[in-house]
Amino acid sequence: MNKNKEQLLNKRYKAEQRFRLYGQSAIFMALLFLTIFIFKIFSTGYSAFQKTWLIVPVNFDAELMMLDENPTKQDIEDADYYEIALQSMWNLDPNANEDQQNQLKRMVSYFFEREIKQELLKDTNLLGKTKEVYLTASDDLDQVFKGNYPRDLPEDQRRVSDYQLKIFDQLVANGKVESKFNISFFTNADSREAELAGIASSFMGSIFSILVCLMIAFPVAVLAAIYLEEFAPKNRFTDFIEVNINNLAAVPSIVFGLLGLGVLLAIFQLPRSTPLVGGITLSLMTLPTIIIAARASLKAVPPSIREAALAMGASRMQTTMHHTVPLSMPGTLSGTIIGLAQALGETAPLILIGMVAFVNTIPGSPMDPAASLPVQIYIWAESAERGFVEKVSACIMVLLGFLIIMNLFAQIIRHKFEKKWS
Amino acid sequence: MNLILFTFIVLLGFTSYYFGRKKAYTIQSTKKRLTALPQFYGYYLAIWCAIPAFIIFSLWAIFEPSIVKLLILSDYSNQGYLDDELNLIYEKTKALSRGQFTGEITPFIEASAEKYLSLRSIAQSSKVVIVLSAIIASVAYAYKRISSNSRTREPVEKFLNAVLFTASLAAILTTVGIVFSLIFQTIDFFKVIPLFDFVFGTHWYPAKAFVRDSSEALDPTMYSDTFGAVPIFAGTFFIAFIAMCVAIPIGLMSGIYLAEYASIKVRQYAKPLIEILAGIPTVVYGFFAALTVGPFLKELGTSMGLEVSAESALAAGGVMGIMIIPFISSLSDDVITSVPQSLRDGSYAMGATKSETIKRVIFPAALPGIVGSILLGVSRAIGETMIVVMASGLAANLTLNPLESTSTITAQIVVILIGDQAFGDPKTQAAFALGMSLFLVTLCLNIVALRVVKRYREKYE
Repeated sequence: MNKNKEQLLNKRYKAEQRFRLYGQSAIFMALLFLTIFIFKIFSTGYSAFQKTWLIVPVNFDAELMMLDENPTKQDIEDADYYEIALQSMWNLDPNANEDQQNQLKRMVSYFFEREIKQELLKDTNLLGKTKEVYLTASDDLDQVFKGNYPRDLPEDQRRVSDYQLKIFDQLVANGKVESKFNISFFTNADSREAELAGIASSFMGSIFSILVCLMIAFPVAVLAAIYLEEFAPKNRFTDFIEVNINNLAAVPSIVFGLLGLGVLLAIFQLPRSTPLVGGITLSLMTLPTIIIAARASLKAVPPSIREAALAMGASRMQTTMHHTVPLSMPGTLSGTIIGLAQALGETAPLILIGMVAFVNTIPGSPMDPAASLPVQIYIWAESAERGFVEKVSACIMVLLGFLIIMNLFAQIIRHKFEKKWS
Repeated sequence: MNLILFTFIVLLGFTSYYFGRKKAYTIQSTKKRLTALPQFYGYYLAIWCAIPAFIIFSLWAIFEPSIVKLLILSDYSNQGYLDDELNLIYEKTKALSRGQFTGEITPFIEASAEKYLSLRSIAQSSKVVIVLSAIIASVAYAYKRISSNSRTREPVEKFLNAVLFTASLAAILTTVGIVFSLIFQTIDFFKVIPLFDFVFGTHWYPAKAFVRDSSEALDPTMYSDTFGAVPIFAGTFFIAFIAMCVAIPIGLMSGIYLAEYASIKVRQYAKPLIEILAGIPTVVYGFFAALTVGPFLKELGTSMGLEVSAESALAAGGVMGIMIIPFISSLSDDVITSVPQSLRDGSYAMGATKSETIKRVIFPAALPGIVGSILLGVSRAIGETMIVVMASGLAANLTLNPLESTSTITAQIVVILIGDQAFGDPKTQAAFALGMSLFLVTLCLNIVALRVVKRYREKYE
C-alpha cells in the first residue's frame, strides 16, 4: 500500500518536471527562432555594406574623347567617354577577341563611363595622361569576391564566364581589386543592377509616408482620445465608436490597402504610388493604436488632479487641456512612436496603392512616386539576381535598426518623463 | 499658392487672437469685470477667423473642379460626343495644361487647355479675394461684438468640444470607408459572377479573365469556372491551421511558464525578447520563409525521398506560426496572471503539485481568455499577407498536403492588384470580393474574441 503511494507520488513529481520542461522548451524554441532569424539576416546581409572595386588604368586620350586642343570645362563635360572607358577595359587583356572584349566590358557596372568622367572632372590635368581609376565591379564579380558565388558550378550555369574569372583572378593577384565601404548603398536610388542599387529612394519614401502618417494620425487620435476619455457621454453612440476602434485595430492591414485603392485613388483621384497616399492609408491604420494608447495614458492620470483643478474654478475644458493632457503626453507619445514603428514596417497596403513601382529617382516631396523600405525589401526579394539577396538582408538590417531606435526612444520617453502616481 | 494663402490665414488667426486679447485687457483696464480670461477673447476671435476660411476652402475644393469641367466641356456640348469621350477630352486638357501631355495636340485641345489655365487662375484669385474678405468681415464683426459682458469662454469651449467630437468620428468614418470601398466593387462582381459559383466553385484562374479584348462585350459565360473561391478559402484556412499548430503549443506553454514558473529575472528578459518577434515586419518573415525555410524544407524532403515544393504551405504556415507566438504567449500570460491567487492557494492546500494546479484549476478558469487570444491569433493568421505572398504559391491548388503549394485570400488580392488595375474588370472586382470576405471573416473572429476576453475580464475584476 505504502509503496503504491510512493509510486504515485513519484509519477506526479515526474509529471510536474515534464510539464516544467515543456514550458522551458517552449521559451527556448521561441528564443531559438529569434536567434536563427537574426543570425541569418546578419550573416547574409553584412557583406552588402562592402563594395568591390576594380582598379583599372584609364588613358584619358583627348583624341578618343573627340576633344580639340585646349578644351574648356564645358567641352570636357560634354566629351565622349565611352571609347576610352571601353579601351581601358579591353586593355586588361590586349589579346582578347571580340567576344572576350564584350565579356571584359561586362566585368564592371554600366556606370563605368560616368565613373571615369567624374575622375576627370575632379582633375582636368589628367587629360592625355593615364591614371588608375576605381570602377564598380559587376554584381556577379562582387559576389565572387565576397565568396558568396559558387565558383565550382559548370560554366553554363554561372553568370560569370571562365574567362572573366581568369582576368578577375589576375587582377586580384596584382592587388587591383579592392573592397571598400559601400556608400552608394545609402546614396543611390533603386536600380535594376544589383551593384548600383541603393536604398535612398525607398528610405525617403518611408520618411515621407511616416511624416504624413504622423501629421494626420497624431492630432486626430489625440483629440479623439480626449473626447472619449474626458467628455463623451455614456451612451450607445459612444459605445459604437469604441467598438469601431477596437475592431479597426484588428482589421488586416491589406484591407486598409483596398480602402486606399478604392477611396483615395479611385474616388479622390490622389496621385498613385506616392508617399502622400501611402501616409494617409497608414494613418488610418495607426489611428486605433494611438487612440488606445492615448486613452490608456489619460486614464492613468489620477482623478485627484482633475478634482483639484475643478476645485480651483477651472472649467472642464481648462482642466483637461491644462492639466490632464500635458500629464498624459509621455504615454501618448510613446504609444504614437510604437504605432509609427508598426506603420514603418507595413508592406501590403502600400503595395496595393502602387508604391511598388520601380523608382530610380530620389523623391523630393510626398507627391513624388516612391517605394518604402519594406516594399523595397519585397521588390528585391522577388528579383532573381544573386546580388540582391545580400541587399535585401542589408535593407532589413537598416529597417530593423530604425525600428529598434524608435522602440528605444518610446521606452526612454516613457521611463524618463512619465510621472509615477502612487 | 494655396500654401501661401494658408500661411497667411494662420497669421491672420494669430493676429486676431492678439487683438481679441488686447481688447480684453483694455476692457480690464477700465476696471470692468471680464466674464472670461483675456485669452478666451483671443481664442474667440481666432475661431471667427478659422470658421469662414474653413467653410470657403472646403466649398472650393468640392465645387471648383466640377464647375471648371462643366465650363470647359460646354465648348464641346453640341458636337455629339459621348460622356466617355468628353471625359477623355477633359483629361487630355488637364494633362496638356500641366505640360505632361504626350500624343497629338489638336488645336481644340490646345484652346481648351488655355481656357482651363485661365479659368483656374480666375478661380484661384477669386478664392483669395473671397476668403480674405470673408475673414476680415467676420473678425471685424466679432471684434465689435465682444464687450465686458459678452460670453466668450462658452462658445470657445463648445467649439473645442465639437472639434474633439469630430475627431472621434474618424474611427467610424474609416469603417464606413472600408465597407464603402469594398461593397460596390463586390456587388458589381456578383452581378457578373453568381454568388453560388464564387462560394462553391472549385476552380480559381483569374488570369483567364484577363485574356479579353476590351472591345468585346462582357459575356458572363466565359467566366464560368474561373472565380470559384473554394481553393482560396481552403488554402487560407489550411495555412492558418498550420500556423496555429506551431503557435498554440509554443505560445501557450511559454505564456504558462512565464506566468507561473519563471523567476522575476527570467521573466524580465524572456518576455520582451519574445515580444521582439511581434515587432519584426512581416515582409522580413516573408523573406526568411522564402529564402531560408522553403529551400531548407525542400532539401530535407528530398533527402528523405519526399516531393516538397519550394513554396510549400508548410514553410509559409510554419513561419507565420513563429510570428504569432508572441500574440498568444503575452495574451495568455496576462490572462493567467489575472486568475485570482485564491484559486491557486486552494489547490495547493489540497496537496496538488504546481502542474496539476495549472492543468486542473488555472487552465479551466482561464480558458475563455485563452480561447479569445487564440481566436485573435487565428484572425491574424488569416489576414497575414506578406509571408504568403512571398513564400507560398500563387496558383490556387485545392490540396491538403502541407508539402504542396497553396494560395490564400490575401496572396490572391496582392497578385491581382499589383501593377495597374482597370476598375470595372471582373478580375479587379474579384480582389475586392475576396477583400470583403476577408473583412467579414476577421470581423466575426475579432468580435467573438473581444467579447470572450471582455466577459472573462469582468468575471474576475
